Amino acid sequence: MSSGHHVPTIGMCVRVWLALLVLTGFTIFIASQDLGVLNTPVALLVAITKATLVIVFFMGVKWNTPLTKTVAVSGFVWLLILFFMGMNDYLTRGWLGVAGR
Amino acid sequence: MKEADVQQEPSYLGAPYGLASWLLTKDHKRIAILYLISITIFFAIGGSFAAMIRAELVTPQGDFLTADLYNKVFTLHGVVMIFFFLIPSIPATLGNFFMPIMIGAKDLAFPRINLLSWYIYVVGATLTLAAVIMGGVDTGWTFYTPYSSISSTTNVTTAALGVFITGFSSILTGFNFIVTVHRMRAPGMTWFRMPLFVWANYATSLVMILGTPVIAITVLLIAAERALHLGVFDPRIGGDPVLFQHLFWFYSHPAVYIMILPGMGVISELVANVSRKQIFGYSFVAFSSLAIAIIGFLVWGHHMFVTGQSIYAGLVFSIITMLVAVPSAVKTFNWTATMYKGAVVWDSPLFWVLGFMGLFLIGGLTGLFLGAMGLDIHLHDTYFVVAHFHYIMVGGGVMAFLGGLHFYWPKMTGRMYSEPLAKVASMLVFFGFNLTFFPQFIVGYMGMPRRYHSYPAEFQVFNVLSTAGATVLGAGYLMILLYLVYSIVKGPKAPMNPWGATGLEWKIQSPPITHNFHETPVVTEEAYDYLHAPAPTREVTHHE
Repeated sequence: MSSGHHVPTIGMCVRVWLALLVLTGFTIFIASQDLGVLNTPVALLVAITKATLVIVFFMGVKWNTPLTKTVAVSGFVWLLILFFMGMNDYLTRGWLGVAGR
Repeated sequence: MKEADVQQEPSYLGAPYGLASWLLTKDHKRIAILYLISITIFFAIGGSFAAMIRAELVTPQGDFLTADLYNKVFTLHGVVMIFFFLIPSIPATLGNFFMPIMIGAKDLAFPRINLLSWYIYVVGATLTLAAVIMGGVDTGWTFYTPYSSISSTTNVTTAALGVFITGFSSILTGFNFIVTVHRMRAPGMTWFRMPLFVWANYATSLVMILGTPVIAITVLLIAAERALHLGVFDPRIGGDPVLFQHLFWFYSHPAVYIMILPGMGVISELVANVSRKQIFGYSFVAFSSLAIAIIGFLVWGHHMFVTGQSIYAGLVFSIITMLVAVPSAVKTFNWTATMYKGAVVWDSPLFWVLGFMGLFLIGGLTGLFLGAMGLDIHLHDTYFVVAHFHYIMVGGGVMAFLGGLHFYWPKMTGRMYSEPLAKVASMLVFFGFNLTFFPQFIVGYMGMPRRYHSYPAEFQVFNVLSTAGATVLGAGYLMILLYLVYSIVKGPKAPMNPWGATGLEWKIQSPPITHNFHETPVVTEEAYDYLHAPAPTREVTHHE
């Protein structure tokens, strides 16, 4: 590892860990609540927050080089491409009619 | 540096000796040779399936293979050729061998991972061969659901597992290449001094690591559905079969660029050499590789115009498909401009360059036909599609691979092959290829569907032409195999720089020493500085 590489303090690790535990508790809690159409969005929001904490702090991306940050972000950008272009099909199936269909 | 000065150490081929030294090697050049042998075997296997297909289609009746067996044969032809030959062909052989040398490195960043990638490839490929021996698989290389997940009683899981495992080999190679380009460049080797072959392999590696995990996840989802009855693709339990096609083509369309981008890199090297000129518009060619890699991820829906995909999504995919043709055209025009007023050398690499450009052009332009939604309704699942993608993947990919193999063969093996034979073989391949696949455009346009073992009698003449062409093509490939193998045994020794080419790989002995360079080179020249390039020394060879 290169010199000057930032290592997160134990205190910070504990705080992130506690945050993850709280968010896990929240996940369990909302699983028992009926939020209607918000069920999936809220669950996804909590999951994304947890994943972000792990990537940014536990995986050390926050203190890493711009190249590493670019690599980390581009993976998610590509996932968004898959979702966005996929949803571009699923959400628009009724937009234009097809003769005979 | 005089040649005598650099011919003092044993090459990577002989130091050390023994089978174990090869199977446990960490030398990128030896691993490239291991890959080369492996993909040649799989090319022969895939080719034998192609021969069975062409033999069946000589007559309109299904008289050589039963319908079920024919389904298995074309499936295995596709699976073997795509996953075990085309995808690793250039990156894992020529890329593995030359990419580190071209940037002045002693090896790839992770030599052990490089060897691991070959073993993973062998395990995956062997597993798929096991599926063949166990009775084959009949889903087509696309493994479309719901047929693959519900109906097929063949060895889908084994074959798909083989593809799944081989995917990791691809990911590891891509990852290794990216780190190598970022971290291992020699002093003075700036990004814009890198040979275009390195740029092309870098762009390919991005596609490999961003796309391949998706196909792995897709295969896992099929397994989850079959084992746990999760409704992912099966509509009876809440799934959507079109979702499989989205996930499959999200990887498999960019996979076409995994096959063709490294070929474009090879052609850039060859064009500059045979024209003895700096490449026209270097940065445009370099960035067009990245543009193809990125835009290539946005067009997958053009494989799905006739599925349940929405018409609106089809429109969007169709427009972006037209856009992806732009960077490919940038390359083609720049190669042509490089050759314009160049001192074109009629060596065998030129024959492969011209062959590639002609065939790739036809393949690319017919891709625009298929990217147009209305026309695709007529052409979808016909032989027009078969002809189109063979022009890209064989006419483009394999011609470039063979061109690169001929260009770099003296450096890899230290031996020269027969130039006249190479020229004859390249023309045989070009002629045989066109005779095989051009009639398929016509018969496809006339409405002959793909994936059937029998067809109406009026299509027979085209199919007979096609099979005759395949015979010539096969003879051309066999000829190449024979004279290249012969050259290893009896060929004259290759000089350091037989083609008078630029680049670090031509400044070291043929074949290179294990660590490539005696000392780390310092790069002071731009790429393709043919004004100051040495003259070709191919003629100054001597027999053993």
